[in-house]
Amino acid sequence: MSSSETGPGGQAHGSVKEYVVGLILSILLTVLPFYLVMSGVGSDTFTVIAIVVAAIAQVLVQMVFFLHMNGSSEQTWLTVSAVYTVFILLFVIVGSLWIFEHLNHNMLMGH
Amino acid sequence: MTALTNDHDLHDHDDHHHHEAEAADRYVFGFWLYIISDCLLFSTLFATYAVMGQNFANGITPKELFDLNFVAVETALLLLSSFTFGMAMLGANVENMAKTKFWLIITALLGLSFLGMEIYEFVHFSHEGATPQTSGYWTSFYSLVATHGLHVTAGLIWMFFLFIHFNRDGFSNENKIRLSCLSLFWHFLDIIWICVFSFVYLRGAM
Amino acid sequence: MVQTDLIKDPHVLTGKLHWGVIPFHDPVVAPVMFAAILGGLLLVAFVTYKKLWGYLWNEWFTSVDHKKIGIMYCIVALVMLVRGFSDAILMRTHQALSTSDTFGEGYLPPEHYDQIFTAHGVIMIFFVATPLMVGIMNVIMPLQIGARDVAYPFLNSLSFYLFLVGALLVNISLFVGEFAAVGWLAYTPLSGIEYSPGVGVDYWIWALQISGIGTTLTAVNFVATILKMRAPGMTMMKMPVFTWTTFCANVIALVIFPILTVAIAQLTLDRYLDFNFFTNDDGGNQMMWVNLIWAWGHPEVYFLVLPAFGMISEVTATFSRKRLFGYVSLIWATIAIMLLSFLVWLHHFFTMGSGASVNAFFGIMTMIIGIPTGVKLYNWIFTMYKGRVELTASMWWVIAMLITFTVGGMTGVMLSIPANDFVLHNSMFVPAHFHNVIIGGAVYGYFAGFTYWFPKATGVKLNETLGKWSVGLWFFGYFFAWVPLYYTGFDGMTRRLQYIDNPEWQLPMYIALIGVVLIAAGIGTQVVNIAWSLYKRNDPQYKDVTGDPWDAHTLEWYTTSPPQFYNFGDVPHINDRDPLLDMKQKGIAYKRPEKYSRIHMPKNTWAGPVLGLLTLPMGFGFVWHIWWMVIASVAAIFACWVKLNFERDKDYYVEVPEVEEIEGKFLKSNEGRNYYFEKNAKYYKKWKPSDQNDSTVVAK
Repeated sequence: MSSSETGPGGQAHGSVKEYVVGLILSILLTVLPFYLVMSGVGSDTFTVIAIVVAAIAQVLVQMVFFLHMNGSSEQTWLTVSAVYTVFILLFVIVGSLWIFEHLNHNMLMGH
Repeated sequence: MTALTNDHDLHDHDDHHHHEAEAADRYVFGFWLYIISDCLLFSTLFATYAVMGQNFANGITPKELFDLNFVAVETALLLLSSFTFGMAMLGANVENMAKTKFWLIITALLGLSFLGMEIYEFVHFSHEGATPQTSGYWTSFYSLVATHGLHVTAGLIWMFFLFIHFNRDGFSNENKIRLSCLSLFWHFLDIIWICVFSFVYLRGAM
Repeated sequence: MVQTDLIKDPHVLTGKLHWGVIPFHDPVVAPVMFAAILGGLLLVAFVTYKKLWGYLWNEWFTSVDHKKIGIMYCIVALVMLVRGFSDAILMRTHQALSTSDTFGEGYLPPEHYDQIFTAHGVIMIFFVATPLMVGIMNVIMPLQIGARDVAYPFLNSLSFYLFLVGALLVNISLFVGEFAAVGWLAYTPLSGIEYSPGVGVDYWIWALQISGIGTTLTAVNFVATILKMRAPGMTMMKMPVFTWTTFCANVIALVIFPILTVAIAQLTLDRYLDFNFFTNDDGGNQMMWVNLIWAWGHPEVYFLVLPAFGMISEVTATFSRKRLFGYVSLIWATIAIMLLSFLVWLHHFFTMGSGASVNAFFGIMTMIIGIPTGVKLYNWIFTMYKGRVELTASMWWVIAMLITFTVGGMTGVMLSIPANDFVLHNSMFVPAHFHNVIIGGAVYGYFAGFTYWFPKATGVKLNETLGKWSVGLWFFGYFFAWVPLYYTGFDGMTRRLQYIDNPEWQLPMYIALIGVVLIAAGIGTQVVNIAWSLYKRNDPQYKDVTGDPWDAHTLEWYTTSPPQFYNFGDVPHINDRDPLLDMKQKGIAYKRPEKYSRIHMPKNTWAGPVLGLLTLPMGFGFVWHIWWMVIASVAAIFACWVKLNFERDKDYYVEVPEVEEIEGKFLKSNEGRNYYFEKNAKYYKKWKPSDQNDSTVVAK
């Protein structure tokens, strides 16, 4: 990982092409959910799922094309720590939502 | 901020180069760890926002206020700035100071415009009767979006000081480390913004 | 006491401060305050008279040496232990007296009693357990992996001062104003501005916020140190167990302390700017506080206990004269605990009303996390089995821990059943349980490690007899103090009772009082032990000239006691899980290397103490709404940060002749060591080198 051929935390340096591809993909994945919400085509459920999928996809795109993460062996700790972080933040967010949904239901708090 | 290392198996004349590479690796990795903790900071704010997302307390709702055209422009600014920072990094890779500085200035201007729009939006919302004190919803909205805004502000201040560093020492090892860390930070803020516009603005406007 | 008009409309210069907030007339606090001021003045006078300021500033306060920072952490932790323990004595005597006929109502008024149990919890967790553990990690972990310092030495110094500011704020609250009276986790809406309008909760907020940020920085620092600075050849699966548990603990801290930071910031916004996170009305959600504080709080207890497990492992292996039994299983158990610790937090609020499915999930997860913990107990027991167990004082701590912690674990499993918890929630059973695991698991572990590594940090061995006395007093004191409270908890006694009207609880309260007196004697013995051993530091019985007084296995014993500022003259290549044992068996330990290289070291810096301590006026200003002080401190912090950023000349080289001179002396003084090793060699011969081609080796 300490080779000078790699950059931040063991990342490769990237190229113009990589950044341009990342930018184009990001724009597409941004325009899509905006269009769905603003035009109102598609059901609410469909739109919500599309928003979530597009967001996750764009996060991945930026991690790959802007942060140059590729899961290679020089990046073992980068990858492990990223996966760990995703798990923990899912625990916190999904766990909280689940707990409060049941709480609100049992305690008859509105909705 | 040069390195500390176990250099026992190296010849003296290799010391310097070895230290620099090792220091760059160690400091940028440490900054990555900080980013992880920042990630959890935002995820806590998102969790709060998600739990309190319907607590309007009979006050004004986001649907009445959110203007998606406005948010689309904000998003475009930040996404572009992420791209231009990448261009600055490419300049730094070949040690082209003029190119690096040019793209950094563009990035800073885009960031500043984003920040200006955000402040305008907050003032506008407040005038419409949506202040953090209005309801649980707006409390969680402002704290989440403003925390992102504060991070952008910190990034801009950092960019300002990085300019002074560049003028003083050029592409020294320390300055390259600084630029790499800032690059991580800036891309990270764009990733957070993806979640903000998706889960706060788009979802709130539905 | 506090003037209400100042709360609504703080003075521009002094905020909410006025003379009335200083408890001159309080019969308990005033004498303590005068004693503290007098003691402080005497200390300052002594240091000035001895002309020690320069020495302290240059050698300690501005030091970035991980060993010195670690020692400073331990000193502050021990001072705070005395403070936190006086609160415990006050509570036990008060509750004992409040059940008697003569002193029917005890001697502490409710608002004072409430502050005492809050301060006790906050101090013991944040300002005793955490710093004692971080202190030991600081001294030992870099030595175990053969590093010259931590990854970011300045950040380490800054973390220490942020922690110190938190401790100072808690202590200042005793004499200026009041402390929180809301329990150690400040549940909302009680801790909101509506029900706690005083400054107590604000002290709580800023003490925890500032020291919590310090802990986050420490986590970044230690994780990076372990991943990036290990000696050549030391793969992940050749790391000592204490380093592994330190690693997992800090990986937990890295992701949970931001949750605490956000939760406290939200409470701050509620209190200072009328936000509606946790308010009763306007769409606030008070249970979100409980949710967030435990999403931090439960992993936090594993953050505290994992390093203690590591210490227990090192001590057990060394004094059983065996390799640790089941190293790989112990590491995977640690990793399992690390991950599972994030999935149990709801068991702190089963009664909130999330219903059967949610409670069942978190109850089962809680039971599951007991399994890897049980694995560890078997690891230690089997390490002792057929070993040549040497019953030193640190080994006594281990045995005390094995017994006490097992009992605590079992009561924990009882509480993990939601239906049980509905009966026991908020009863005295709960404090009895968590004291059982925190004292029995974490604190005994720290004391085992403290006794074991004391000679490494100071060059002086502790007195064994006194050490064993303190184990005995703590051990029996603990059971006297808490078994009666398990009973009263079953019998329906709730926590935090200032007034007890059930005469049947008189006897248990008296027995508990005896227990706390025994523990007090145990702490007293420890303090005497440290003072006495340091006083006798040149006595051959106490002085450690070999650097390896216990004939141990790991790398920290390969250097002098205390280690040189650069730790190792020459860092060896690591071929074995127990590198020092390996080198001793091959006869290559303590041999002069072919040649020394110059050593690259960081310089001391003013920035740690100055930047860190500037957060003290900032926090104090926030507590008392003295805005000019807040603005001035923040501006000063920013200015110092900028100045630091533009400084050059932050490191230097130690040249070869100097290294040769220091190392030569050590190797010479170390000639007497072989005797002790030969004494144990026949026990070690039976143990083969650890597997060189471990299938579970993780890439660097």
